[in-house]
Order: sequence, then C-alpha cells, then structure tokens
Amino acid sequence: MLAFIFKRLLQSVVVMMTVALIAFALFRYVGDPINNMVGQDTTLEERAELKERLGLNDPFMIQFYRFVRDASVGEFGLSYQHRRPVKELIAERLPATLELALVSAILALAIGIPMGVYTALKRYGFLSRTFMTISLVGVSLPTFLIGILLILFFGVILRWLPTFGRGDVVEIGWWTSGFLTASGLKSLIMPSITLALFQMTLIMRLVRAEMLEVLRADFIKFARARGLPTRAVHFRHALKNTLVPVITITGLQLGSIIAFAIITESVFQWPGMGLLFIQAIGEVDIPVMAAYLVLIAFFFVVINMVVDILYFVVDPRLRVDKALVNGQ
Amino acid sequence: MTENKNPITLFDYLGRVRDSDLWFSFTRSPVIVTSACVTLIYLIVTIFAPIIAPHDPFDLASIDLLDASLPPFWMVSGEIRFILGTDDQGRDVLSTIIYGSRISLFVGFASVIFSLVLGVSLGLISGYVGGRLDAFIMRVADVQLSFPAILIALLVDGLARTLLPREHHDEVALYVLVFAIGISGWVQYARTVRGQTLVEKGKEYVQAARIIGIRKWTILLRHILPNVTGPVLVIATIHLAIAIITEATLSFLGVGVPPTTPSLGTLIRIGNDFLFSGEWWITIFPGVALVLLVLSVNLLGDWLRDALNPKLR
Amino acid sequence: MTQLTLLQINNLEIEFPSRKSVLRAVDDVSLSLEKGDILGIVGESGAGKSTVGNALIGLLEPPGQMTKGEIFLDGNRIDNLPDSEKQKIRGKEIGMIFQDPLTSLNPLQTIENQLVETINLHLGLGENDARQRAVELLDQVGIPDSDVRVKQYPHQFSGGMRQRVVVALALCAEPNLIIADEPTTALDVSIQAQILDLMRGLCKQKQVGMVIITHDMGVIADITDRVAVMYRGRLVEHGATEKILGNPDHPYTQSLISAVPRPDIKLIRFPQVTYIEDVAEKNTEIDITKHWLGKARDYEAAPGPLVELKNISMRFTTKPAFLRKNRIFLDAVNNVSLDIHEGEVFGLVGESGSGKSTVARIICGLYTPISGAINFAGTELTALRKQSDLDPFRKQMQMIFQDPYSSLNPRMRVLDIVAEPILFHHLAETRREVEIIVKDLLEHVGLGAQSAVRYPHEFSGGQRQRISIARALATRPRFLICDEPTSALDVSIQAQILNLLKDLQEELGLTMLFISHDLPVIRQMCDRVGVMKDGFLCEMKETEVLFENPEHEYTQHLLNLMPRLKGLSLEGLDMQPQPNQS
Repeated sequence: MLAFIFKRLLQSVVVMMTVALIAFALFRYVGDPINNMVGQDTTLEERAELKERLGLNDPFMIQFYRFVRDASVGEFGLSYQHRRPVKELIAERLPATLELALVSAILALAIGIPMGVYTALKRYGFLSRTFMTISLVGVSLPTFLIGILLILFFGVILRWLPTFGRGDVVEIGWWTSGFLTASGLKSLIMPSITLALFQMTLIMRLVRAEMLEVLRADFIKFARARGLPTRAVHFRHALKNTLVPVITITGLQLGSIIAFAIITESVFQWPGMGLLFIQAIGEVDIPVMAAYLVLIAFFFVVINMVVDILYFVVDPRLRVDKALVNGQ
Repeated sequence: MTENKNPITLFDYLGRVRDSDLWFSFTRSPVIVTSACVTLIYLIVTIFAPIIAPHDPFDLASIDLLDASLPPFWMVSGEIRFILGTDDQGRDVLSTIIYGSRISLFVGFASVIFSLVLGVSLGLISGYVGGRLDAFIMRVADVQLSFPAILIALLVDGLARTLLPREHHDEVALYVLVFAIGISGWVQYARTVRGQTLVEKGKEYVQAARIIGIRKWTILLRHILPNVTGPVLVIATIHLAIAIITEATLSFLGVGVPPTTPSLGTLIRIGNDFLFSGEWWITIFPGVALVLLVLSVNLLGDWLRDALNPKLR
Repeated sequence: MTQLTLLQINNLEIEFPSRKSVLRAVDDVSLSLEKGDILGIVGESGAGKSTVGNALIGLLEPPGQMTKGEIFLDGNRIDNLPDSEKQKIRGKEIGMIFQDPLTSLNPLQTIENQLVETINLHLGLGENDARQRAVELLDQVGIPDSDVRVKQYPHQFSGGMRQRVVVALALCAEPNLIIADEPTTALDVSIQAQILDLMRGLCKQKQVGMVIITHDMGVIADITDRVAVMYRGRLVEHGATEKILGNPDHPYTQSLISAVPRPDIKLIRFPQVTYIEDVAEKNTEIDITKHWLGKARDYEAAPGPLVELKNISMRFTTKPAFLRKNRIFLDAVNNVSLDIHEGEVFGLVGESGSGKSTVARIICGLYTPISGAINFAGTELTALRKQSDLDPFRKQMQMIFQDPYSSLNPRMRVLDIVAEPILFHHLAETRREVEIIVKDLLEHVGLGAQSAVRYPHEFSGGQRQRISIARALATRPRFLICDEPTSALDVSIQAQILNLLKDLQEELGLTMLFISHDLPVIRQMCDRVGVMKDGFLCEMKETEVLFENPEHEYTQHLLNLMPRLKGLSLEGLDMQPQPNQS
C-alpha cells in the first residue's frame, strides 16, 4: 500500500514539474518581461540593468529552479495588467471559485448519482425516460447558454435573483465567503446550477450505464438464484460494484468543474480565478496565466491522487498482490 | 455444383443493409430519423449557404442601418424580408445563423477528423507495437486526460495567440482552433482503439496471418484496423457534439474564431449585450440553432452506441 | 406423480420471440425426479438444456417465456406463481450452481458476508450462529482452514476452491433440489472429478435431488442415475443412465454416444454421424498427382526427422518492472527436445499451462525461444534472421487453432481468407486461378463452393474449422499443427472434423503435430505422444505403449483422470482389431 502511494506521489511530482516547465517557458520566453513591466521612456541602460537585477541573464536551470522555488510558495511576481502581485490577486479570487465549485460539485453528485441509479433500475418507466430525455438536452446545452437562459428568465423576466456578481461577502482571515449572507447565497444559486447541470447529466448517464452493465453480471444472477430479494440485490450488490469505477470518473469530472468555472464566471461576472484567467488571456498577462496553470495542475494532481487511493481502498482485488500466491 | 456468382454488387450490399438490425433499429424510432434529417438539413444548408441564405451578412453594401434591430416577422414592426429579425447593424439574423452554422460545423468536423486520425493512429501503433512506446503514449494520454479538454483547447489557443502577432493570428485562427480542439480530444480515440487492438492482436486470425508470413504493417492495416473501427464511429459522433460546443464556448468567451468569421458562439456573445434591452432575438435564435444541431448529433450518437452494442441486442 | 416425486415437468414449452421469428427453445419436454436421485440433461449446444434449467428456477432470460406446460415441486405448482413467491422458493427450495465460479461471486464482498447474507435470509439465525454455520458449510465442501478462509475475498481462491464455495452457497439454506448448469466445464480436468464427487456425495447424504445440465458424456456416466437427452429443444430419449448409455434406442443418442472418443479403444475412424444436419462429409476423391494440393509437392525428403526441437526453453515476463529483481517470470517451456518424423502424427498432451501450445507457437515462429534450436527438414530455423529467409519455410508449415470464432477475420469474406496465403506466397498466376483453387479447396473440406462469398459469422463452429483447414492447406504444407482443433466443438461435430483431419493426413501424407488435453482424442489420432507438465516433457512414447504402460507418474495420474465411460455402447464403432484378443 505504501509502495503504491509512493509511486503515485512520484508520478504527481513529475506531472507538476512538466506543467511548471511549460508555465516557466511561457513566463520567461514569450514576449519580453521587461517590456511589460516598464514604461515607454525607460532607457536601454535601465532596461539592461533591470534585466540583470531580476536575474534574467542567468542560465536556464537556475532560472527554472528559482521559478519552482517561488511557485511552491505561491510567488509569481507582478501581474502585467493589474500591476499587483499575482499572489494577492489569486488570494482574492480563489475563495469565489472554490465556493462555487464546491456547491456545484455537491449538487452534481447529490442529484446525478441517485438519478443514475433510478433510471437504471426503472429502465422503461415513464419518469426514467423523461429524465433521460432531459439529460440528453442537458448534455446538448453549452454551459454558457444555460447561464444566459437562466439570467434571462430568473434575472430579467422574473427578477427573483441577481444577474451578476457575488453579492455581499464576509471576510474570514484572508478568505472571503459568500455563504454567510443572504445576498451571497442568492447570487450563488444560478451560477452553481449552471455549472452543475452539465456535470450532473454526465454523472447520471455514467452511473446508469455502469449500473446496467453490472446488473447483467453473473454474480447478480447467482444472487437472485439464491433467493435474495430484489432490493438487496440492487442496493447491496449492484450498487456497490457500480460505484467503484464511477469513483474515478467522478473525480475527473469534479476536477473539470474547476475548469468549467471559467465559463460560468464569465457569464455571471463572478469574481473568481476563471474570470481572471480569461482576462489574462485577452491581455496576454503572462504571470497570471502561468500562475493559473500551475494552480490548476496542482488541484488536478491532488484530486487524481485522492481518487486513485480511494480506488485502492475500495476494491480488494487491487490490494492483495502477495497474498494470492500464498492463498491457494 | 459450382456457383456462377458475380462479385458482390451494390444491390446485394444495399439489400444487406436493409435487412440488417441497424437499419431496423433506425427506422423504428421517429426521433432518430428526425435527428438524422435535421443534421442532414444543417449540412446541406451550410454547404450551399451562398445560394440558400436570403441575404449576405458580409456584403457591407447590402446592409442598411435603417434596418437595424428589427424584431422577427411575426411581431409588431417586423418585416417578412427579415424572418428572424435583424441585429444592431442591420444584418439579417437568419443569414448570420446560416453562415455561423457553417463555421461551427466546419470547425466541428475538422477537429473531429483531426482527433480521429491522430487518436486512431496512435492507438493502433500503441496497441500493436506495445513495449515502451505504448507505455509512453499511454502515460501522456493519462496525464492529458486528467485535464479537461476545454482547458487544453484554451491553453493551446492562448499560446498561439501570444506567439503570433495579431494580424497573422486572425488569418490562421480558424486552423489554430481546429488544432486546439483536435489535440484536446485524441485521447478517447487512442485509448479505445488501443484496447480493441490489444484484444484483436491476441485473436487467432492475427496469429494465422503471422504464421503465413504476412508482415506487421499489412496485418495492422488489413486485419486489425477494420475490426477496431466500430466504436470509433460512436465516439466520433459524440465528439462532434462536444467539439461544436467547445468551439461555441471559446468563441463566446472571445478566444475562438476571429470576429470576421463569426460562428454561432460569436453570435450569441454579440447578442448577449442586447439581451437586457429587450432585443432577445439576436441571441436566442442563434442559441436555438446551436442547441438543435448539438441535440440532433447527440441523439444520433446515443442511438448509434446502443445499436452497435452487441450486448444490448 | 407420486408423493415421492420431487420435481415434475409436464410438456414444457419455452419460446424466444425476436423481430424476425419466434424461436422455440424448448419443445414439449416432460421429466421427473425423485428425492436423492441425480438426473442428467445432456445435449449439444442449442439443445435447450440450459433454458430448461433457467425456467426451473424462474430466471428465464428475457424475452424468453414459458408458453406451455407445468412445473411441480413437491406436488405444488411453481411455474405460475407471482414473482414474489418465486423469489421465496429460490435458494430455500431450489438451489442453482452456474458454470463459471469466478463470475458467480461478488468480487467486492468476503465469502463470509455472502454466506451469512443467504443464511440469514432463509434460516433467520443470529449473526454469530450464521457465521458459525458458514464455517461449517465450508468444512462440508472440503475447504481447509475454513475459519480463516471464510474472511477472504473470491479472487483469493483458486478455480476449484471457488466452485466449492459456490456449492456451499447453493446448499446453505438446505434446499431439496439443486440445479447445476455445466458445473465443471470451466475447471481443470483434475479438479472436475473432485467437484463431481463432492456434489454426488452431498446429494446422497442429504437426500437432495439434483439436475445436472451438461454436454459432457463423461460427467453423465460418472454420477447420474437417470439421463435425458435433448436435441434442438426436444426430448429425444430418457431413462436410467445405464440403459441410455449402454443401449440407446434413438438414432440421435446412438450417434452422439458413438462420437464420444473412448479412452480404451482405438478406432480406425469415427463413425459417420448421420443424424445431425450439418455439412457433408468429405467424399471427393482426388487424384493427388493432378490436383492443386498435389502439385509441387516435390519437396526433398528430409534427411532425418522433419521437425527437430533441441533443448527449447521459453520464458515470459508476467510482471514487468523497472528493476530486474522485481520482475516475475514464467518458464513456460523447459528444455524440451523432440523429433517429429515425416508422415507421422505426433501428439502433445497436457493440462492447461503445461506449455504445449507454447511449443507449437515456437515452432511456427510466433515466439522466439530464449534458448535452443529448431530444425526443419535439416535447416535451422532459429538461426534465420530475416523475414524473407523464413518465407519458404512458412509455406511448408501451417496451423489450425482452437477457437473457431476468433480464428477467422470477421470482416473478410471466406474467399479472401483462404486466398490470402496463396497470394502472399505467389502460388498462382491470376486472380481467376486463385478463385478456382479456393473454391476447390472449400469443396474438398466439405463446404460448398458458394460459401466463398459469405462471411464467417454465417457459419457454425464446425464449418468455421473447415474454413480454417482450407486456409491451412492453401499453401500445400508438409507440416500441419493442430492446436486443440476440436476442443471448442460439440462432440458430434468433433468426430466429423477429426475424421476430416485423418482423411487429409492420409491422402496428402501430411506430418502432423496434434495438441490436446483430451487423452481419448489423442489416442485416436496420434502415432506417438509426448506428455507435458509445467513446461517439461515428462514422457514420450508410441501411443499404444504409453496408454498401456505409462512410466512417468504424471502420465499415470493423467490416465487415471480420464473418464471411465464404462457402460457406453460400442455400437456403430469402427474398431481396430485388437492385437491381443483371445
């Protein structure tokens, strides 16, 4: 077990390094960092001096090492566009994105999984088929369009919910939370539904497909042949076996929520990391782009590792390598 | 008793198609037939856009500001000349949708073909050759899979944007976009094809071919490739829907197609600004067009997956 | 129907409607079973026997439905009960055992959990009592260290052990009737006997009635009291096992039994199976000197043996790892040496994992041995590096495989499949000539020439093997390797294919390497035999000598495991005259 964790950790580090390399290359070699930092009338000598002072003439490996060292404490220099430390910007924006992602993830799972199970068990029922049709529409609607439609309906026509922004937030340390105010919660509703809908339908279809597959398995037939009542067969046997492969995919899906947040934040003008990133792309704000990359990679790597470990814990077949030889 | 059989004719083939389970399942469901027709209509309309579209939204001479912001023809002050209304510049919404769909479909199809060719080739080679090459390709695939496709597409596009000066960028933006979406989608094909290749590689007809003496590449192309393409079709259909959505999303965010060749996503973005002032048709109709297209493709993909799955029969 | 009758089936009919037609899988079948008796239902694939089993326990696969007939258990009608009632009967009154023990058990639950769940459901014992009973059950089915093993997971058991667990699960609620659907087919030969003994012992001891569904005559002869023979959904014959096997009345039963390879008799030829409507026997006599197959057969006679294996060893890496010490190897073949002489049929026999198939593939060049040499007609094949150097030898040796469903490319027409080797080795001038040759070959193996335009999926298992044989003959080989060519086929089809191979071998003077795990078949087909175990060649002798006087203890062990098949009718068999008959 320990060997497994160690191997995964090693893999994760490799991935992070690769991403760091790309981010660094972006940072250092695309465009001229000096140009973006100083004004028009800085003399050539001053530029050269700045270059030397910032250590931009040092060999590649040293610069890369510095980059990694700084990045690991969150230090990414100054944003070209905002002229503030990237660290600060991230600290400001991160809570917004994370809270949104969290709520969306919970929504997607809490609705997606049960619906998937239901539509698998009651395959031909009317409600099932309705859900499947709705899910198909859900998968066909781009996230931004869902956002626009929700804004149009609930924001403009009905005027029930705010159409942009995060509402009032409460500061706790460096974190800002929208959970604790009424307007904060109200603002959270539409963006989180928008973000969750796509994932929800994906998870639902996945769970359904897996469950149907499991229900066809021999051990299910044998369980029924032993006289086990349908409910026990479905929930104690089929469901557990379904959830095992679903864990992996769900983990990946949740990771992608953080990425899809970019779209939702754009539509709702939600002040999170995603909006920051989009603006950075438009303005070619390299430090922000690089920072976002590294941060996102970090999240994914962590999520993937957790998922892998979970898989290991849940499926006994993966655990027992040596015992099989002795087991006979 | 010898048979005087000619080589298989087209009629024999069509006859077999008609008798097959696939066709049966197809014609039985009105929804699927409708989806297929809808997709076909989109294809035809967009290919023949210059002939079919009532106006040319790019011909600056034909646009009159006086026609700006007209609602659809069934509403007050709407005109039959502009069935779905006009935007703030006086362009006919229906025509912009037709030309926009053209771009959306082009990017969609092109990306899928790119992904398909890349993914299937890598999958075949990876599965058949095995060893270190296989391990390497799969490792790359695993890593890429842990990042959502849209992020990768964004990244590639963003990179291109920063590397190329502005004027150049607009010219090749379409192709960069195709590349970006394409490169973000190859993994699914590669993995599936690789899995199938591994299965087929172990089958005895491949061994028989090797015993005869047939060379590796011939075996790969003549024996393995035709037998692994089944699931690829299903993946491609679903991928088409995803590619179209991805392109629309990127264009909506402003980092997709250049403004000179607007796709449905761009139209929605432009129209979004006018949503609050009540001119809903500028954004809603392109939205409907997009959803209808993607929905039809998704329905086809779903049906194809169920119809081709031997276990469900 | 008396009070003692446990199970009574009257005029059972089961249909499977599909979009084109309705398939009647079971047609007017009537059977009965007493307590403590074992009834065997035997038949080949498509007979409908598994369908009967599924219907008995109420688990017919949709869209199957029981359209006529009645099923009585202990005098009570059970086929027309609502599902909830049927569910109560399952496990408690009727237990069922399926073929594959690996997939029958839930991989994520311990054995204990699965046992306790079933015990609690039917017997309502407390948690501790149930656990106690679970351990007792494992003891009864012969699993050692039951108190430890009960807490393990299914994948930690070997195949035979798993099937014992399955038996325990089926018995834990003390049902009166057990249905076993091919219970030993997925197991090794050596384990099969043990499981059968276990099942018979438990049945007699607990006075439980058992229905065994199988295609294997050996199983029937071994443990059943009564037997019912099914063919295409119909009940062809039924009665006491001794009578049916020793003196069958119905022609189908007669041909079925006569097609079973006997361990103790050598036949000249398998009997012509007339009842089965399948392909024609090869009845075309050819003039070997004028026919395609005879042309260019002017290979020089080999100086010594045609095929020589010298100290061949083969190692697979089952667990690759970066560091050498972590890798796990499997020595599939260990220092094997043997000779095969021109014109003889050499048999290689062993259980699964013995390395016999690996040897075959090494000879063909599919694997490269890590040490040793292979000589073919005097030339050392293992020394040849370039593909093009090997080509002339590839022409001379061909192989027929075990699985008829994966040995033909499903996307190619039969014509193209058989033509491929001809085209590759440039053995014909024009496309037209190739087509003629192919059609001729197809006729020669018993298929019609019009089968050339069809695709593999349109043919049955036996027919596909014939196509494989036609493909193998297309290069006019000298040496033919048959790797378990009939193991996946029904017994009666097997007899036909073996006859075909025998005829071809005689007609064309082929040298053959015949691989099988089935000793009676080896006895019928081969001149000399080699026995393999765990990659080693244990013994190599002439067939009759090996069977009469085995020296190596493993050979003796294998011979002991052969089904006795005592009491099987000898009618219709074309026997060789026994040399020592008095």
